[in-house]
Amino acid sequence: MIEIKNLHKSYEIGASSLHVLKGIDFSVEDGDLVAIMGSSGSGKSTLLNILGMLDTSDTGTYDLDKIRIADMDEKKAANYRNKFLGFVFQSFNLINYKNALENVALPLYYQGVSRKERQKTALNFLDKVGLKDWADHLPSELSGGQKQRVAIARALASNPKVLLADEPTGALDSKTSLEVMALIQKINNEGKTILVVTHEHDIAKMCKRIVHLKDGVIVEDKKIKQNVIKNV
Amino acid sequence: MNSLKKIFDRDTWDEIFESISKNRTRTIITSIGVFWGIFIYIALAGSATGLENGFDDAFSGLSKNSMGVWVQRTSIPYKGFEEGRYPVFKLNDVDYLKNRVPEIQYIAPGLQAGAFSGSPPLVVRGLKSDNFNVFGNFPVYAKISVINIFDGGRYINDDDIKYERKVAVIGEGTQERLFNVGEDPIGKYIRINDVNFMVVGVTKFTEGSGFGSDSDITIPYTTFAKIYNRGDQFGFMFISGYEYVNPNYLEETVLSTLKVMKTVSPEDDRAFGTFNIGSLFESIIKFTRGMVFLSLVVGIATIFAGVIGIGNIMLIAVKERTNELGIRRALGATPGEVKVQIVLESVFLTIVAGIIGITVGAFLLFVINIGTSGLEDFPFTNPTVPLTIVFGAFITMITLGTLIGLIPAERAVSIKPIEALREE
Ligand SMILES: Nc1ncnc2c1ncn2[C@@H]1O[C@H](COP(=O)(O)OP(=O)(O)OP(=O)(O)O)[C@@H](O)[C@H]1O
Ligand SMILES: [Mg+2]
Repeated sequence: MIEIKNLHKSYEIGASSLHVLKGIDFSVEDGDLVAIMGSSGSGKSTLLNILGMLDTSDTGTYDLDKIRIADMDEKKAANYRNKFLGFVFQSFNLINYKNALENVALPLYYQGVSRKERQKTALNFLDKVGLKDWADHLPSELSGGQKQRVAIARALASNPKVLLADEPTGALDSKTSLEVMALIQKINNEGKTILVVTHEHDIAKMCKRIVHLKDGVIVEDKKIKQNVIKNV
Repeated sequence: MNSLKKIFDRDTWDEIFESISKNRTRTIITSIGVFWGIFIYIALAGSATGLENGFDDAFSGLSKNSMGVWVQRTSIPYKGFEEGRYPVFKLNDVDYLKNRVPEIQYIAPGLQAGAFSGSPPLVVRGLKSDNFNVFGNFPVYAKISVINIFDGGRYINDDDIKYERKVAVIGEGTQERLFNVGEDPIGKYIRINDVNFMVVGVTKFTEGSGFGSDSDITIPYTTFAKIYNRGDQFGFMFISGYEYVNPNYLEETVLSTLKVMKTVSPEDDRAFGTFNIGSLFESIIKFTRGMVFLSLVVGIATIFAGVIGIGNIMLIAVKERTNELGIRRALGATPGEVKVQIVLESVFLTIVAGIIGITVGAFLLFVINIGTSGLEDFPFTNPTVPLTIVFGAFITMITLGTLIGLIPAERAVSIKPIEALREE
């Protein structure tokens, strides 16, 4: 599903340049659930953003579902993000003046799906994350866990090939984190490829594979026995 | 989807309505700028038109290319004549002048007692008396200066001239001072310098309609000449040119012709006095034109400022919304879609604010018009703004709204989505 080779990325800060990713080789199979770990500043988010086409690499190749992602104009990149990728952020990134349903329906709007269809699909996904009854609530009326579940529903609504989550539980307490991870496991079990950036070992262990980043390179990449969440 | 097609997409507009209705403060602040601009513009332009119409009305009582000329003293010796001579007009000069200057339509020679020559004679009626300026005029005078006579009366006519009748046309003010309230002066007698005259008409006074006041007395020219022993000489004439004649040209031609007729040096500027309604009127026309122009400039400048205000607020709004636009782009909004949304928001706000501004401005003009319609001496009539101007203002607004909306729109898509997302 994902295939990257010799990926480099530097940030220009004034006159100097910060080399963040120093040659990443990495691939992800269909249906995998990968945790990306590493200390703060190791480049986890940078990698995920490049995978999510929110940012670009300096050198190296990136194939997403056998399509070479290179030198795309913004319009094409937007279409790829829309069709292939779903995002979940630590800070939720819901649009504050739209209610839960409208937030979930937004990617479908950019897919050109009809209004009725959008509402129906969005409601389905809200139901899937257990928030059907909260459809007309604004983000400000939802708890952190609920917001993140709305965000996950939104990421899933466009039926992407890959779900990318940057510290999805970073702003949540441990119980709520567990709920969110249970949801992620459920989605993964349905066949979706998922990458989760996290600091926490507990969270990482709920995935099927852990990739360890350090100083811009992968220092460890191992399959693990998944800690399946039973009942929350 | 083609981003331009989105303009006609109901979903696009739903997004826009949602964005502007759920960010109310931003919307209101944005709109006030344009509203104010167009409102000021309409109010100013309308008022200028109102003034122009008002002055037009005020001057409607007067032929616009008319002039007066009278004799003074010569100031340059010429062809054997010393300076300090008084040229005189004679009645046969009238036809002569008219033949020499074909642009002249009417000439009305005039005599007067009081006003420009001597002190106003005493006029007595019963126990009341006062001093009034008395004019001796021909009926043709009424063709140059529009004379409005109250019902039941008349102006001097040809028979009055022919038979040297002792009849008088008096002004409203004269009536007030010599007659009792409610008394009909027509047919009654007044004594001017101990000569009895019968009042045949009372003139309505129109502001700005010329030379007299509301308290004049007009008697037949011939009667005047006989009583005051003027022979065939007179000192003043009132001249009007044909519709097409330029009043300044008329004035110059009449003057130069008179100088030849009266053997006065062409350089002598003192021998005759003149005034020219046309140039008087022209300066007022210029003033109102200036007002119209000024209102146009000020109005357009205010609209400009308003639209720039919208642009500014859109810029701030876009900055405020950077995160939101980042989210939208992460979810698959293309740069075109983002731009279309921002520009349409800007244009839509401009149009709505503009329509409200036009409506309120028009309403204000309507109220002013009603408020001033009763006021006689306030030259303000029918303050309208031509549709073309309203339309032009509208097009200007939409164009500027689009252009100015493009700036924040460009800005919004010029950064990477991740940079937009990072902004809080
Ligand atoms: N836009 C940027 N400009 C400059 N430097 C950046 C930028 N984004 C990240 N960096 C730097 O790149 C390095 C990697 O950042 P990144 O966000 O990928 O780390 P991370 O592993 O996600 O850290 P954390 O666990 O704290 O989220 C850091 O040193 C960071 O300061
Ligand atoms: Mg990070």
